Amino acid sequence: MTKEDYLELYKQMVIIRLIEEKCEELYQKSKIGGFMHLYIGQEAISARKPQDNVITAYRDHGIAIACGMDPKPLMAEMLGKVTGCCKGKGGSMHLADINLRFWGGHAIVGAHLALATGLAWADKQKGSDGVTLCFFGDGASNIGYFHESLNLAAVWKLPVLFICENNHYGMWTPVEDASAVTDIRKKALGYDIPSDVCDGMDLLAVRKASEKAIAHIRSGKGPFFLEVMTYRYRGHSMGDQRPYRTADEIKEWQTKDPIGKFEPVMMKKGITKEQIESIHAESAKVVEEAVRFAEESPFPPMEELYTDIYVENQ
Amino acid sequence: MSKALAQAMYEEMERDPNIVVLGEEVGAQGGTYGVTAGLFEKFGKDRVRDTPISEGVIVGAAVGAAMNGLRPVAEIMGINFAFLAMDQIVNHAAKIHSMFGGQFKCPLVVRTTSGGGKQLAATHSQTPDVIFAHFPGLKVVAPSTPAEAKALLKASIRSDDPVFFIEHSTMYSERGEVSDDPNFLLPIGKSDIKRKGKDVTIVTYSKMVSVSLKAAAELEKEGIEVEIIDLRSLRPLDLDPVFESFKKTNRAVIVEEGWKTFGIGSEVATRIYEECFDYLDAPIERVAQKEVPLPYSAELERAAIPQVKDVIAAVKKVL
Ligand SMILES: Cc1ncc(C[n+]2csc(CCOP(=O)(O)OP(=O)(O)O)c2C)c(N)n1
Ligand SMILES: [Mg+2]
Repeated sequence: MTKEDYLELYKQMVIIRLIEEKCEELYQKSKIGGFMHLYIGQEAISARKPQDNVITAYRDHGIAIACGMDPKPLMAEMLGKVTGCCKGKGGSMHLADINLRFWGGHAIVGAHLALATGLAWADKQKGSDGVTLCFFGDGASNIGYFHESLNLAAVWKLPVLFICENNHYGMWTPVEDASAVTDIRKKALGYDIPSDVCDGMDLLAVRKASEKAIAHIRSGKGPFFLEVMTYRYRGHSMGDQRPYRTADEIKEWQTKDPIGKFEPVMMKKGITKEQIESIHAESAKVVEEAVRFAEESPFPPMEELYTDIYVENQ
Repeated sequence: MSKALAQAMYEEMERDPNIVVLGEEVGAQGGTYGVTAGLFEKFGKDRVRDTPISEGVIVGAAVGAAMNGLRPVAEIMGINFAFLAMDQIVNHAAKIHSMFGGQFKCPLVVRTTSGGGKQLAATHSQTPDVIFAHFPGLKVVAPSTPAEAKALLKASIRSDDPVFFIEHSTMYSERGEVSDDPNFLLPIGKSDIKRKGKDVTIVTYSKMVSVSLKAAAELEKEGIEVEIIDLRSLRPLDLDPVFESFKKTNRAVIVEEGWKTFGIGSEVATRIYEECFDYLDAPIERVAQKEVPLPYSAELERAAIPQVKDVIAAVKKVL
């Protein structure tokens, strides 16, 4: 990877962090409604170049940015504005952009693993060498869809990369209380799907593991399973104050912060402190502009209530 | 009727290479009810795909593939198993287009078989069609003749919206002429007058159309002329012909195979009361399944499912 790649990926992580912090603030001001799940701590996982199909769960802000989504339509969607990426009909949990091949955040746990097999099947059927990257949580590995989807992907040799973001909790339940195996990747064994694990707080480690996995899939060998060990600093969703984990545990993970940890790596590559600082300044500006755009945008007009329900007019 | 349905898929698959079929035993075995017979031989295993027994991912994969450019026809072996795919049908297929602001399309058909009368007992005999009609975003089609089954399935396959297509399990061996014209389609969301009459309006669909026709033939002998309207699709629900008929007959009976409580009759009757209150000469009657899980034993099962005599009795009651 070149210096430029480092700078770009770093910037992506910084923008995600700033967007999340901004969303938190706007949520507290009641400008954002519904459930909202923040990605802070998990930024390194989605920091990659836009490519292939991507589909994920409701914790989708960071992944949307990593897919190349402009922060403006993202922020506008948060605020329920008509200029949002889904015209204000999806909200925080349902960001998507068909032009980026970002097939959405999906809020029914596990259901999008099944959709991912279909995205991959269509690519395969059409002779494309596209790979489908399917992100989901540790908790999702306990639902029927997970098992049906891994099995089908293996039987049909579908080009899917199953990426389990193991942040150690499904809502307030620790992995060991919910899953018979705590190394989630072991579940892939049951479907003869090869797997790997990597440190989700380390951008380069995630990058390396996912490149290897994608190469495996692109060579026509069928699905691959990647377990990424990570942590969310914030609660499951906004307003989560439950005492299911200790302050020490959170602090401990924060010492491994994916953004902080990447800075010395960048410096070793010859990137200066000034360059890093200017990325922070630029990113803050991008996010400020996105918020302004969202605030100034109109809410959907009432006619929008009845649009897009069917493709064909009734 | 199974041949008519197979022909519909065959013709459509010849026309459009993006159409694919998937489901349990739909490949070389030709489907549990023979509806996909001949497709595997003609179009091969990539387009006619056997799946594991995984209803959730059958419909889920079909939704994902539909979003990404294919036009899947998924077979769910029976409507009772569609409950395992309920989340994909109602939370995904029905919502993908609207929730993401119109970006994604979901040109998908989920075909399945519904209905009792084969002594399969409680879990395998249900007629829960109405449940699927509750969700905006989904279209629900249920034909009553082989010719219409073919034309409506073709229209469903060509639709850019998701269609839940309900075939009645006792009608697969039903015979009838079908059109050879590969472009003969029937519009989804249009009711059809199956019989003209001036005394009572019967509103029904699917298998109960033939039951109602038999009742009408009996009643005719007594000089009672029944008009029969076949809804053909439960969503969109086309009630204009019903209102028009009711304004003429002033009396209605709604016949459905499923349960009465929260059934199709509840909806149609309410809509008639709302639209035609001034034309009402008698309370509307509903003929529906007895409120029990269907028993296995033949006589008990028959007693629970609407029969010709039940329709006749209801018509006489409103007269
Ligand atoms: C089918 C279903 N059941 C329950 C929920 C409620 N729910 C939302 S997120 C969640 C926890 C999921 O945890 P995990 O998969 O580990 O993802 P994370 O939130 O940690 O990213 C639950 C139970 C849901 N959305 N869908
Ligand atoms: Mg989790």
